[in-house]
Amino acid sequence: MSEHTGYPPELRKAIKIVEETRPERLKQTYRRLSLEEREKLLKQWHPDYKPGTKRPLKVGPCRGTIVYNEVADVLESWPLIEPRDVDLSNIDYDVDVLVIGGGGAGASAVLWAIYSGVEPDSILLVTKLRFGDANTVKAQGGIQAADRPEDSPVLHYLDTMGGGHFANKPELVKALVCDAPFIIKWLEDLGVIFDKTDEGVMIEYPGGGACRKRLHCARDYTGLEIMRVLKDEVLNYGVPILEFTPAIELLTDPETGGVSGAILWNIETREYYVVRAKVTILATGGFGRLHIAGFPTTNHYGATMDGVVLAYRVGANLRDLDTAQYHPTGVVWPEAIRGELITEKVRSLGAQLVNANGEQFVYQLEPRDVVASAIIAECANGRGIVTPTGAYGVWLDIPMIDEIHGAGTIKRTLPAMYRQFIRHGIDITVEPVLTYPTLHYQNGGVDIDQYTRVLNPQGKPIPNLLAAGEVTGGVHGRNRLMGNSLLDITVFGKRAGITASKIVKEASSKPKLSLKHIEKFMEELRKANIPKTRRAPIILPDYRGERVLLRSLSLKVI
Amino acid sequence: MREPINPEQRGGESRSRMIKIYVMGRAYEVPEGLTIMKALEYAGFRLIRGVGCRGGFCGACPTVYRLPGEYKLNIGLACQTIVQDGMHLVILPFVPMEKPKYRIEKLKPDTGTILSMFPEVTRCVSCNTCTKACPQGLEVMDAVQAILRGDLKKAAELIFDCISCGICSMRCPAEIRHVHLFQLIRRLYGKYILPKAKHVEERIREIERGKYEEELNRLMKMPLEELKKLYSQRKIEK
Repeated sequence: MSEHTGYPPELRKAIKIVEETRPERLKQTYRRLSLEEREKLLKQWHPDYKPGTKRPLKVGPCRGTIVYNEVADVLESWPLIEPRDVDLSNIDYDVDVLVIGGGGAGASAVLWAIYSGVEPDSILLVTKLRFGDANTVKAQGGIQAADRPEDSPVLHYLDTMGGGHFANKPELVKALVCDAPFIIKWLEDLGVIFDKTDEGVMIEYPGGGACRKRLHCARDYTGLEIMRVLKDEVLNYGVPILEFTPAIELLTDPETGGVSGAILWNIETREYYVVRAKVTILATGGFGRLHIAGFPTTNHYGATMDGVVLAYRVGANLRDLDTAQYHPTGVVWPEAIRGELITEKVRSLGAQLVNANGEQFVYQLEPRDVVASAIIAECANGRGIVTPTGAYGVWLDIPMIDEIHGAGTIKRTLPAMYRQFIRHGIDITVEPVLTYPTLHYQNGGVDIDQYTRVLNPQGKPIPNLLAAGEVTGGVHGRNRLMGNSLLDITVFGKRAGITASKIVKEASSKPKLSLKHIEKFMEELRKANIPKTRRAPIILPDYRGERVLLRSLSLKVI
Repeated sequence: MREPINPEQRGGESRSRMIKIYVMGRAYEVPEGLTIMKALEYAGFRLIRGVGCRGGFCGACPTVYRLPGEYKLNIGLACQTIVQDGMHLVILPFVPMEKPKYRIEKLKPDTGTILSMFPEVTRCVSCNTCTKACPQGLEVMDAVQAILRGDLKKAAELIFDCISCGICSMRCPAEIRHVHLFQLIRRLYGKYILPKAKHVEERIREIERGKYEEELNRLMKMPLEELKKLYSQRKIEK
């Protein structure tokens, strides 16, 4: 071990055990679990099965459906505005396509709407942070596509269904696996730098729950590389963009019940804007910042499930929101970056999970929910490592990678991970890292069909409302596989853009604007006695210190 | 890769000890061991600008700081850098620079193309200030020089880990717009210089011919128990 270590003495001592068992472990592979063994492990240890974390919804189209408490809290919330607060007769933006969300799904939707004939300046992209500050840039490990001769879309389909506990919507999974190679080619043509051999063959890695090496990556900055290229292309087309301007409510046409735009709110100036749109695409991402079941999260600052809240109020069906993905390997130490992601690519490259006795306890590339459960079980059974701050974790033996693939592999293929830890004095080329599950992904969400049309509980599309990416449910069932998220946002972003262009072409007249759906929803809230203090969408989490909040005064002068 | 600029402290041991940081000159007491971002929130700031992914990828929170008794100007990401006693800091959430618009498919991957859009690159005086400013620890100046030599491969590799925070552009005496320049370089390299993946095109042709259609449709309709069996029996590649 190197001299400069960022580990305190007790953890340094614990690392010695990992180093002692490493030579022997390098020769061993832990056995894979059967479907039955997986189920047993999940039921006992996965947070999805923890009692007291969920409840049935009291209001809305999915009344009675069981969801996580934190999800119920925002769905059973009062709107931020009263209908009388806004003047809908004054339209600020009158567009063909409104895209809500500035991550990979939103950007893909914009580009494919343009390719399909929508004029760039008749699109409006709105986002609550900056364009591109999304979970997409944090996706490190890769993007799946079955494009090697040894692989096939059929195997990709099977892996995705099995990983999702067969709860996925088959038509969405088919779209996912069949569009995948087209997406890789599209990204390649746009100039995305994938890791390739000198002959142009993609270097592909195995991901958890996948039976073939299928992960395409760009070092461990895969999502960042994809996002910045998509963003650059959107900017090249001159598409109007409003940053720091989230949508706080959708608008509906009272005659058709279809979605006809949105109310936006400028976080900095606090003014609202009225948007009329022939079609609206929700690409708002997931729910990490709701800290489901009290977990820390890998998600970006704006991941507050706003899109699901808005869609629910116009009648969307929701699915699988009683599950959440806890990424097996969140950072435990150093404390300052606790909960941040350690990419699964680390395990794709061979790093094993090791307990306090220096033993493996699970095959490192089982599906994520299985690995997460195994880690939780190991710590609960007293074989975890305790940090000086009282946090639990197990070791992820990253230095193994250089022993397997040769010196220099870690620095070359995992620069983001190397950087994340060396900033805190931990050198992952020689030191293992402490890890524990962290809230990562919203498996479920708004129900869509393969054209990305948002469906109501009767399975009928809500006119002129589309959704793509993490905001939706059905693609990943009850557990997403690694590398299927970057694929989801590009495949269904693309499909949303294409569907939007068709709706625009078919639209004969401009839709009418109303907040009628809100009035109806508010009536339900009143009947259910939902406290008026509960408001959503929450837009951004509040992490201010309690001492400050206790002394906070809202004075109406500045 | 150069080691990123960084304070060697880490969080954890004694959360109760309070230290003083100066946020745009105003002193606040915060617990030691926090990142700058979490310390600002502890102190009562509700962040809107200067925060994004919170994990070192989006480049929204580059922070300029000086430590007591030092003249040296340090740069770090607020979400990755630990507070130190007596630190003076400001987050610089935005660097103004216009992006030239282009159609990538109409460009040639050469220095002429690049200089026509970014003529200021020739003004580089090799002062290395950009490299010293980079919170990612990248060899920024070497990349700029590689561009001038027409070595786009070298340049793209050197600046691949760039998170587009723009601090180099803020410090550069030649006023180079690195963020947009580097994005163009990476795209030119990815599109024109990296060899294309032929096996991807082959698979696309197979899908277009409908090779997997029948099998997929069969799986979609298959009874659950049968599908589970098929899943359990699939061979896993070593």
